Formats: sequence, C-alpha cells, structure tokens
Amino acid sequence: MLHAKALEITFNPGTPIENRVLRGLDLKIPTGQFVTVIGSNGAGKSTFLNAVSGDLMVDRGTIHIDGEDVTRRAAWQRSDLVARVFQDPMAGTCEALTIEENMALAWKRGARRGFGFSLTRSLREFFREKLSILELGLENRLADRMGLLSGGQRQAVSLLMASLQPSRILLLDEHTAALDPKTAAFVLELTARIVETGKLTAMMVTHSMRQALDFGSRTVMLHEGRVILDVKGEERAGMDVPDLLHMFQKTRGEKLDDDKLLLA
Amino acid sequence: MSLIASLGAIEIGLIFGLVALGVYLSFRIINFPDLTVDGSFPLGGAVAAALIVAGWNPFAATGAAIAAGALSGWLTAWLNVRLRIMQLLASILVMIALYSINLRVMGKPNIALIDEPTVFSMLAFGGMPDYLLKPLVLLAIVVLVKVLLDLFFASEAGLAMRATGGNPRMARAQGISTDRQTLWGLALSNALVALAGALFVQSQGGADISMGIGTIVVGLAAVIIGETILPARSLVVTTLACVLGAVLYRFFIALALNSDFIGLKAQDLNLVTAVLVAFALLVPAWKRKLPARRPAARTVSPMAAKEAR
Repeated sequence: MLHAKALEITFNPGTPIENRVLRGLDLKIPTGQFVTVIGSNGAGKSTFLNAVSGDLMVDRGTIHIDGEDVTRRAAWQRSDLVARVFQDPMAGTCEALTIEENMALAWKRGARRGFGFSLTRSLREFFREKLSILELGLENRLADRMGLLSGGQRQAVSLLMASLQPSRILLLDEHTAALDPKTAAFVLELTARIVETGKLTAMMVTHSMRQALDFGSRTVMLHEGRVILDVKGEERAGMDVPDLLHMFQKTRGEKLDDDKLLLA
Repeated sequence: MSLIASLGAIEIGLIFGLVALGVYLSFRIINFPDLTVDGSFPLGGAVAAALIVAGWNPFAATGAAIAAGALSGWLTAWLNVRLRIMQLLASILVMIALYSINLRVMGKPNIALIDEPTVFSMLAFGGMPDYLLKPLVLLAIVVLVKVLLDLFFASEAGLAMRATGGNPRMARAQGISTDRQTLWGLALSNALVALAGALFVQSQGGADISMGIGTIVVGLAAVIIGETILPARSLVVTTLACVLGAVLYRFFIALALNSDFIGLKAQDLNLVTAVLVAFALLVPAWKRKLPARRPAARTVSPMAAKEAR
C-alpha cells in the first residue's frame, strides 16, 4: 500500500522562476490496485512519481509504503519496495551490458550483492523462460548487448526486469510515450498482463485519457500539484473520455485546454 | 634490438599493464576521468621504497603501497561524491597533494634500492638471470590480477560497478549506491596503479619523485592501443587488450628509441608517445572508412521486423 500525505515540492524556491509543482498532494493506493494517473503538462505527474521512487526528495509531507516511512530514503534505499519503468527506453536498461546481465542486475534489486557469479546456468534458464513470454525471440539473444535492441524491445525487457522481484509498488512513467503506436500497444498489453498475473500494486502515468480509462481499476487526475479527480468502480466503468473532460470542467469551473489531453 | 632490451621493454610493459587495468577501471568501467594516477603511481613507489629501506619485508612493503594507493583513490572519489567537486578537478587536487606527500614519505627526492631485497630477489631461484626472472615474476602477477579482475567483473558486486558507469540512474533504481561504487572503484583502480609503482621501483632499482609524470598518458595509451588491436567482444578480452596494449606500447617505444637509423634519442620519449597515441586513435576511424562488412544476418524477431519497415 502506498500512502502519500500532503506532499510539497518546489523547484527553484525564492527565485523568479519558482515553481510549486506539488502543493499538498494526498493519495492512498491500497494493495493490489492498478491506478492510472493523468493530468496536463506541469500538473506534477512525473514529479509525484519521482518523489515516490526517491529520485526527488519532498520539501514537506510523508510517504509510507506498506506502513514503512520512506520519506527520507534515497532511491537506492527504497528499491526493495519500489520497481519502476522509465519514460525513456534508454534509461531503464544499461546498454553497455548484455540482456542477461541487465536481468541479473534486476534479479538482485534491493538485495545485497556479493562476490558470487552474477549469472549461473539455472539463472540463465530462468531468464530465457521469462523472455520467451515476450514472444520477441529475445530468449535466443541473452548474450547480446542491450544497445542492439530497439526502443520497444528495451521497454519490454524493462517491464520484465521490474517484475522479476516482488515490489510493493510498480511505477510506470509514461513508459509507452516514446514508442510508435503499434509497439506502444504491445507494451501496454504486456503491462496489463504482468500487473494482472502478479497481482501488483501499480501506478501508471499516461498522457492519454483513453489509456487511463482502459487500463487499471482507478483513475486519478492531477492538476496544479493536487489530486482533483478520483474515479473508480461503477462510476468509472461507464465512463468515456468526454465524461472525464466534463467532470474536470465541473470541478474546476474552467476548460481543460491541453491539446494533448483532448486529442489522445 | 637485443634480446635483453626486448625483455626489458616487456618487463616495463607488464608493469604498465597494471596501470592500464587501473585506468580502464576508472575511465571506462565507472566512467570517471581520474588523473590521481600521476600521483598514486609514485606514491606506491615511494611507500614501497621507503619501507624496504627501513627494513620491511618487500612483500609487506608492496602491500602497504597498495593500501596507500587505495586510500588516494578513495580520497579523490570522496571529494567528488561527498563534496560535489568536479571529477577532473577532484583528481587533480589529489594528484598535486600527493607530490608533497610523496616527498614526505621518501624524505628526499629519490631513494636507491640497488642493494636492498626486492620481491624479485626474494623469488629468485636456481640462479636465473635478472633479465629473465623479472619479466616472469611480473607476468605471473599481471595474469593473477587480470584473472581476479575478470572474476570480479562477472560477480554481482562487479556487475553493480559496471552498471554505475553505464547508467547511474538505472543502477540506483536497482538498489545500487552509485556513490559507494565510485568510492570502491577508484580505490581499486588506484590500488592497482600503486602496485605498479611499487613493482616499478623494485625492478628499476630506485624511486624518484618525478617518476609519476605522464603515467596517466601511458595508461590511457595502453588502453586505447589495446582496444584498437583487439576490439572488445567481452570484458575478458578487453582486460587482456589493456595488458597487451601496454606491452606493445613499451615495445614500440623501445624499438623507436633503439633504432639508430631513425635517429631518435631518450629525450624524444614523450614525442613518440604522443605520435603513437594519436596514431592509435586514428586507426578505428580509418577502419570505418573502409567498405563496411555487413554483419551476419540475425534471426529477425517479429517486432524487429515490424520496426525495421
């Protein structure tokens, strides 16, 4: 379970370019829930995700994961609880290492790393089995360098890596935004499958309202650093993109003017 | 070039093979341009020489030299990760400071080891002549270090260090403290370089305060030459290439300086070094200009085929 309480983050405080990105954000995600997060540019989606992962430290507020206070922990100290897939396909994997070495790194996420061999025969066999789920033929390319793979392939492997070890929360930061539509659809479908089979607690940031409603069981919308919409259950089941836009206008009393959100 | 001169070149080449491995670790593995090397090489030499003269066992003295080198690398990394001083500047600061420290350690600008016991004299057996014994002992040490390094790189801890240089953000997301990896990595790198310094003074018969000048250039030259003649398929090959690069480098230098018809003298060493490194840097570019051989066709996956379009 994730419990974010009154999170505040300000970039460049006390300067003319001061930017209050998170302004008292509250969100509780119960165990096993798949939440999609939407919001216009600058709403604080990525900042919120980075605060949960520990890449950014919050100025105020607390973050608890399964009851543990992780507010002051650095990213590497939270990695036993948090798994993530980055927006940039190049960011989630190490291109100088081979596919199997990348997976061996993820296999030890948040655990002690000793002087034993990072790759064993049984571990390779296990990775091969996992990679075959992707149906990309990567199970025969274990010793290929990650840099040889396309963005979509790398993102698919990133997803697999994030699910190798159990996590308390899986963070997906617009992880299909940099892919072409076909590959994006493939990675999304894979995401849904992995989250479902692993019964994972997950939070997916997306730019597309369509995606936000089609995936997961709850959708929250961020605006100016706060949660302004939170729909789930029956209310969400019957919802379409225009309904979501309408709801936004009603609560805010203003029109949503982000082309990207409207067009998606 | 005579046999003894060739063996002499190989001997120094093997010593600089250790420097090359250290430089490879900092520059390539953890992606940290570390110039501490110019100070940690003479530091290793100074500590070993001073302790041997003070009556220490040469092996213990060499061990102390390794520890001193590790400490200097640690200090450079600490200045960078804790005090946020730029990498290059942090290493230059430690390098400069080490000049004074080396003078303090030796107590004078040079120490002669001509009649002192060394790791080589202690390992002498069956009256084997020095010019054979030294390269053999050094070869054994370098092979041991290379194999240990290969095993380390293949371990979980070694993989964490490689990820730190390759993609620090991803490494942190996997639970790796990149700060800690940098501290250990530079300590290990400079420990290797100090070991080379300690062996250098024992093989050459003395330590000198100016012996460190240009160590980083030689180390980098060795890495670049090695990578050029033996393009990496795996790390095991690359570490071999580093050592091979160092030996070849010293060999070419000796060849150039010993060939009377070229007319080069000892004082031309740095010029020859620069020309050699420039040449090694150009070769990969020339190779690219040649008509490229097509890589063997891979089994194309459905998605790769889709994306190739």
